[in-house]
Amino acid sequence: MYRIIRKEQLSTVITLFEVEAPLLARAAKPGQFLIVRALEDSERIPLTVCDFNPEKGTVTIVIQTIGASSKELCALEQGDYVCDVVGPLGRPSEFMEQPVEEVRGKSFVFLAGGLGTAPVYPQAKYLHSIGAKVDVILGAKTERLVILEKEMAGVCDNLYICTDDGSKGFKGLVTGKLEELIGSGRQYDTAVAIGPMIMMKFATLSARKFNLPIIVSMNTLMVDGTGMCGACRLTVDGQTKFACVDGPEFDGYKVDFDGAMRRLGIYRSKEMEANEAYEQAKAARDHKCRIGIGE
Amino acid sequence: MKRVPVREQDPLVRAHNFEEVSYGYNQQEALAEASRCLNCKKPMCMTACPVSVKIPLFISKIVAGDIAAAADVIAQDSSLPAICGRVCPQETQCEGSCILGKKGEPIAIGRLERFVADWSREHSLNETCNENGVPERSGAMQHECVRKEALETEQNDAAQNNCIAVDRKKVAVVGSGPSGLACASDLAKLGYDVTIYESLHKAGGVLVYGIPEFRLPKEKVVAAELENVKKLGVKIITNVVVGKTVTMNWLRENYDAIFLGQGAGLPKFSGIPGEDLNGVSSANEFLTRNNLMGAFKPGAKTPIIAGARAVVIGGGNVAMDAARTALRLGADVTIVYRRSMAELPARAEQVHHAQEEGVKFMMLMAPVEVLGNEKGWVRALRCQKMVLGEPDESGRRKPVPVEGEFVDIETDTVISALGTSPNRLISLATPELEVSKRGTIVANEELATSIPGVYAGGDAVTGAATVILAMGAGRKAAASIHQYLQPATDGGHHNIGFAETGAANRP
Ligand SMILES: Cc1cc2nc3c(=O)[nH]c(=O)nc-3n(C[C@H](O)[C@H](O)[C@H](O)COP(=O)(O)OP(=O)(O)OC[C@H]3O[C@@H](n4cnc5c(N)ncnc54)[C@H](O)[C@@H]3O)c2cc1C
Ligand code: SF4
Ligand code: FES
Repeated sequence: MYRIIRKEQLSTVITLFEVEAPLLARAAKPGQFLIVRALEDSERIPLTVCDFNPEKGTVTIVIQTIGASSKELCALEQGDYVCDVVGPLGRPSEFMEQPVEEVRGKSFVFLAGGLGTAPVYPQAKYLHSIGAKVDVILGAKTERLVILEKEMAGVCDNLYICTDDGSKGFKGLVTGKLEELIGSGRQYDTAVAIGPMIMMKFATLSARKFNLPIIVSMNTLMVDGTGMCGACRLTVDGQTKFACVDGPEFDGYKVDFDGAMRRLGIYRSKEMEANEAYEQAKAARDHKCRIGIGE
Repeated sequence: MKRVPVREQDPLVRAHNFEEVSYGYNQQEALAEASRCLNCKKPMCMTACPVSVKIPLFISKIVAGDIAAAADVIAQDSSLPAICGRVCPQETQCEGSCILGKKGEPIAIGRLERFVADWSREHSLNETCNENGVPERSGAMQHECVRKEALETEQNDAAQNNCIAVDRKKVAVVGSGPSGLACASDLAKLGYDVTIYESLHKAGGVLVYGIPEFRLPKEKVVAAELENVKKLGVKIITNVVVGKTVTMNWLRENYDAIFLGQGAGLPKFSGIPGEDLNGVSSANEFLTRNNLMGAFKPGAKTPIIAGARAVVIGGGNVAMDAARTALRLGADVTIVYRRSMAELPARAEQVHHAQEEGVKFMMLMAPVEVLGNEKGWVRALRCQKMVLGEPDESGRRKPVPVEGEFVDIETDTVISALGTSPNRLISLATPELEVSKRGTIVANEELATSIPGVYAGGDAVTGAATVILAMGAGRKAAASIHQYLQPATDGGHHNIGFAETGAANRP
């Protein structure tokens, strides 16, 4: 059991949790993820490690309520316990394994789409701390879905916000902003895109226009996260790879995004059923509560 | 006299539920079956048992009506009898060599073992307190003591129990499958402070995530077995991936010895075109969703898709388990295998049960491509017909493709059960640990690896094998670890903790 020591609502649909997991906190590195099970009968869901504090023994995760499983997790409160947390899983970002002196001299641009802002944070934080040049382009549908703006601003040289509807910052997609920046003469050694697969696909297309190397973080379906099931497999450079052990980060140029997106939909109909069941159960509970209060 | 049949759920009924197929013998049936045993002077059954369970002796105890004594006999050699009685391939081991099988039917050794194990579990659960509120020292509790004593006297001539309490050396066990559990319980019985680290959220290894409920009940049997291990003082810490959450170095710094029993969990895919289509999964994924995550239970939160039609590729126990699971989830199931029925590596009982339940078998078929529809979902599995040629190295006749003969089997899902290989998470993170080309950990006769103080056993060393071999390896490694951890003293006595408490005795 892993205690939630902080819960913060980042937006109406995005929640941050700081959870006690000492061994994990000590081992975590930027780029890695963990797997959570909210309750005794919950699904295992992969989430990127957003931040970790080895001294305090805590990890921070950020989650968006989409289906039944994420709602179940987000319903937990500060002081509650998460049933299971395991990790860190996957390989750390490539630059974590390169000599600091080398990485320090490079300039990075991060493209963060929606919830993808969370996994970008520890990477930017690390690179910024060693003195590398870091720009972050943070995209969201609309202003109220922009998360971790203040935190991010503290760990990069330039932060650009983009919203689809123009309610905040640049009106348009992160790829539009990237092209604008490069067009105006900005130079980068590496791009890193983390967000919905469709966004990473287009980010890769944009980067290719400028011959800019790009790393993407593949958020596939997963069960165990240790290479045991193959649910997370995807095609990279014509070969089958397991996102949980070979990734989650891959060279964007080599990833078969269309195949990966198709596989994400395998359980969609089942997920919709589960979501409906969750809402019904919740409605029934709420209904009972109201009756209780009324009388 | 004929073999006493075992009562089973009706095939047509059980094809729709996950309850255990076999009800097992009751005492009367067990007695009748046991009475057929000739109590051979040179028992062939025992020679064929990978851990040499004293089969005729335990059977004679059943005949004598002393089931508790029978349990003790088995316990000397096997630590998971309720499980092995259910899942061992007896037809190629003990029963396959029983003298009675030459002319008629061999003794149903597996069923008798299961009966004894279930009996002793049920009797320990029913343990009651007497009127003074003191637990009766009856049933299994007593056996536990007997067993412990037996082990101690067997392995340790001078049982200086007081030393044990003073300085308990610490052993870490990686993986909570049969090898890890067996190793941990033996070491705990010897007085060591044992901690099992398990990467999944639930302990048990293949026993919980692989083998389905209808063959091996999780609550009744596996959980009870785990409880016994915990009662010995073994700590089980789940959600720790060794090589990720903690390193081998960390374990080496914090423990006096380590046992690696992380199994062979990495699924193999055949590499045929179309394997990434929606609806294609590994048997490991399918079974993990079903067994570990409980996807078959009404209202389960983890989804599973068996489809209206499912094709399972492979012929081993894993293929049978996947097929029988898909069947129970409502699919019309076909197993395709490259060789013929005679070569199926699965347990005979599994094949027989699958057939009774309505699983179809298409033999001599080699999958060449998974065909998809316009939405990227599986539509059919294309197979090439095969014939049996000359025997290969394994002695089995080798399947040879028939030129130009293909069959498309229409299906909604394809479950691939082509075997597994060892996971390299630990070896990649631990370069000093020697592994073979296949990824198996290299260990010597004593099960010692290339790192001092680190032992290994089970599927991680052998590649995918059996529960009994994993259990046997775990026990063997425990004995080696015990040997490794006890410093020799002047008297030649070996004991844990002697280094400190007995230091004064040294010359
Ligand atoms: C579906 C299926 C059916 C089978 N049917 C039969 C049968 O009928 N009869 C039979 O005899 N055998 C059968 N087997 C084989 C048998 O189950 C195995 O041989 C046996 O379980 C091996 O035991 P083990 O202890 O070596 O490994 P496992 O049971 O595989 O246990 C290994 C454990 O280690 C954990 N682990 C792995 N890596 C790490 C890590 N890095 N850190 C921490 N923990 C880790 C795993 O999660 C797992 O729990 C079957 C196997 C399968 C998959
Ligand atoms: S070989 Fe058969 S008959 Fe002989 S002791 Fe073993 S079980 Fe009994
Ligand atoms: S999630 Fe199971 S192998 Fe990657």
